[in-house]
Amino acid sequence: MAVTNILLVGVGGQGTVLVSNVLTKGLVEAGYDVKMSEIHGMAQRGGSVSTQVRFGDKVYSPIIGEGQADIIVSFEKMEALRYLKFLKAGGKVIVNDEALPSAPVQAGKAVYPKNTLDILRKKADTMVIEASKVAEELGNGKVANIVLFGALARLMNLSNIDWKDVISRTVKPKFVEINKKAFDKGQSLVPERRNNGAEEL
Amino acid sequence: MIMKELMTGNEAIARGVYEAGCNFATAYPGTPSTEILENLSHYKELKAEWAPNEKVAMEAAIGASIAGGRAFASMKHVGVNVGADPLFTYAYMGVNGGFVFVSADDPGMHSSQNEQDNRNYAPFARIAMLEPSDSRECYEMSRDAFDLSEKYNTTVMIRTTTRVNHSKSLVEYGERREVPIKDYNRDMGRTRFDAVPALSKKLRVELEKRLKALREYSEKSPYNFIEWNDKRIGIVTSGVSYNYAKEVFGDKASYFKLGFTYPLPIEKLKRFSDEVETLYVIEELDPYLERHLKEAGIKCIGKEKIPAIDELNPDIIAKALLGQKEDTIEVDPEDIISRPPTLCAGCPHRGFFYELGKIKNIMIASDIGCYGLGGAEPLNAKDTCICMGGSAGTGHGAQTIFDQKGNGKRVVAVMGDSTFFATGMNGVEDALYNKSKLITAVLDNRTTAMTGHQENPGTGYTAQGDVTTAIKIEDVVSAMGCKNVRKFNPHDLKETKDTLNWALSLDEPSVIIARYPCALKKYSNEDIEKYGILNKKYTVDEEKCIGCKACIRTGCPAIMFDTDKRKAYIDTVQCAGCSVCAQVCPANSIGLKEAR
Repeated sequence: MAVTNILLVGVGGQGTVLVSNVLTKGLVEAGYDVKMSEIHGMAQRGGSVSTQVRFGDKVYSPIIGEGQADIIVSFEKMEALRYLKFLKAGGKVIVNDEALPSAPVQAGKAVYPKNTLDILRKKADTMVIEASKVAEELGNGKVANIVLFGALARLMNLSNIDWKDVISRTVKPKFVEINKKAFDKGQSLVPERRNNGAEEL
Repeated sequence: MIMKELMTGNEAIARGVYEAGCNFATAYPGTPSTEILENLSHYKELKAEWAPNEKVAMEAAIGASIAGGRAFASMKHVGVNVGADPLFTYAYMGVNGGFVFVSADDPGMHSSQNEQDNRNYAPFARIAMLEPSDSRECYEMSRDAFDLSEKYNTTVMIRTTTRVNHSKSLVEYGERREVPIKDYNRDMGRTRFDAVPALSKKLRVELEKRLKALREYSEKSPYNFIEWNDKRIGIVTSGVSYNYAKEVFGDKASYFKLGFTYPLPIEKLKRFSDEVETLYVIEELDPYLERHLKEAGIKCIGKEKIPAIDELNPDIIAKALLGQKEDTIEVDPEDIISRPPTLCAGCPHRGFFYELGKIKNIMIASDIGCYGLGGAEPLNAKDTCICMGGSAGTGHGAQTIFDQKGNGKRVVAVMGDSTFFATGMNGVEDALYNKSKLITAVLDNRTTAMTGHQENPGTGYTAQGDVTTAIKIEDVVSAMGCKNVRKFNPHDLKETKDTLNWALSLDEPSVIIARYPCALKKYSNEDIEKYGILNKKYTVDEEKCIGCKACIRTGCPAIMFDTDKRKAYIDTVQCAGCSVCAQVCPANSIGLKEAR
């Protein structure tokens, strides 16, 4: 099979690392060759972060080139725009309907762009998910990452992987149930048949 | 038993070092190398330590090697500069127990002050060099490097880059092999490890003989292999660039993959170049391979096409050599606001920089660590940063010139606790000894924060979790003869301001120590006893808020301004309860959430 490229982007502290851990664990156990790349260090302090996951029969480069991501999962709205140049023609964007102002916005030096989601929808096949809100409703805002992962897993459509089992073996025991719920919820938010860039969830 | 796992390069290096029967591992934290020693610290069969700096790490590992143990050190690229003094001399001596160190370079400067290409160190110091391209090679090369070191009597450098250290790929690994510690006696010391000129002259000649043997090894090393495909294009490459090249050219080119990159297998490379029509050298940063090939008379195309600046990737290679570029979706740059890293909510550095940034006619000489972020808007409290531990030294030099100019400008050097213990204290010595008026502020957050919370000589714990002596910064500077030493709580703005004003009133060197644990740190028992746990939440009373944005000017990521309501508000999930915003509010509108 050809290599599939998944790009996870967000802001330091949003839980992209857990998602990439679950994702790569499932893929490795299913027998794929997998490479994953993320940058640690300065970016952890509230900066923009990205995790790149590539899988297939044989993967060489650990990083995804511009115009080559099959799916971008953005944990924050503006970050989706920042990394959109990595999306391939016909690729899909899953975006969390959440705005986190960056330091220049907070300091009043810049204004957070107004119509981020409209721009995204115009430019790419975009699925908007209120992951943070859904997570709050489930009782823990932190599981927004797994809500998004649920949607991603649905789009990836790999029937050979039991993702809930992988989640159960990855998160701490006391958080297993809520993460499973978050995963189901994320899956349910992806419609059976989708028209390109048309619907809002 | 063979186990298979997805590992980062750093995890794989640690596994390889462990399996090689390494006895002693030491490092100073630095991105992208830090996790190597962190992973090694979990293995109880070996001693794994944080050293105060890379020079000491290099020396301690050399001492362990001389005494007959298998010894390992790891550091980031700029750390090798610090450790270069012992390295260059030990290179003359060979080894007793195997000696291997990692230089983790950072092309593209993801988290560094420069992007020096440390492959240049190998021919400079005349030591063997291995360059892994993925986690499997990180593991195998680290495991085998000790045998190589002992067999060829040489220091071995494993040179990695951020993408190799921090990307994950599959590794099949095995079990630890115990290797007996070799004998040592004074006779060996005096004849091999005592760098007096008479002996060094002899060792210098020996060194060339060792290099000759290593050159022969390089020609047959399994790490230097050829993959024949289409012979119209031949590609010589090493490290992560090999994966990028394969991504771009696939089986449309033949490859000479180099893993043992000093000394290079020149004869084998010549034979490869004879077989291919066009020879490309695909490498990141400097034309290291290209220079060696051209010196040997091998015609090749390298840096005339591929940039020598910044991190390489498949896109750059495809564009440079094939003129190909994928179609991409364009986004108006106006719609993307930058997102630089910031000091965290509850960071104890915030209060200090808030007060420091308000002082006029000072130069702020900063250093390497989280406090470097004090230079960002809106705090804007930084002039310079050069290198690890460099603040007091540069501060002293600058203060001397300002004094000569007579403009009354004062210099405040800023460093962290780990930085002080690393090499920062040497700069303080300079200021004290040479009678500078320098003010040195040590921001002691009880950990090495930027690299992810490592212990240091001031924290009271070792890398492997043992309780140890906690060296006190105030005791050190007092013992050095500093008469003006004060400690303060940086979350208390009045105390912070008073301390700064006191230091500025002095015509002598002073050391002021801001002490409060990092907001992200896992508090030790001592921390909890001394500081309690910050679990309060602050909130803005909208009725009282006058919309003046004073709280916004602390740069706390938990405080935001609602431009419609013209009121500030606090994200209580992020708020760490440091109270700095409440102290700056002129309308007394910020208070504890519980109290409302």
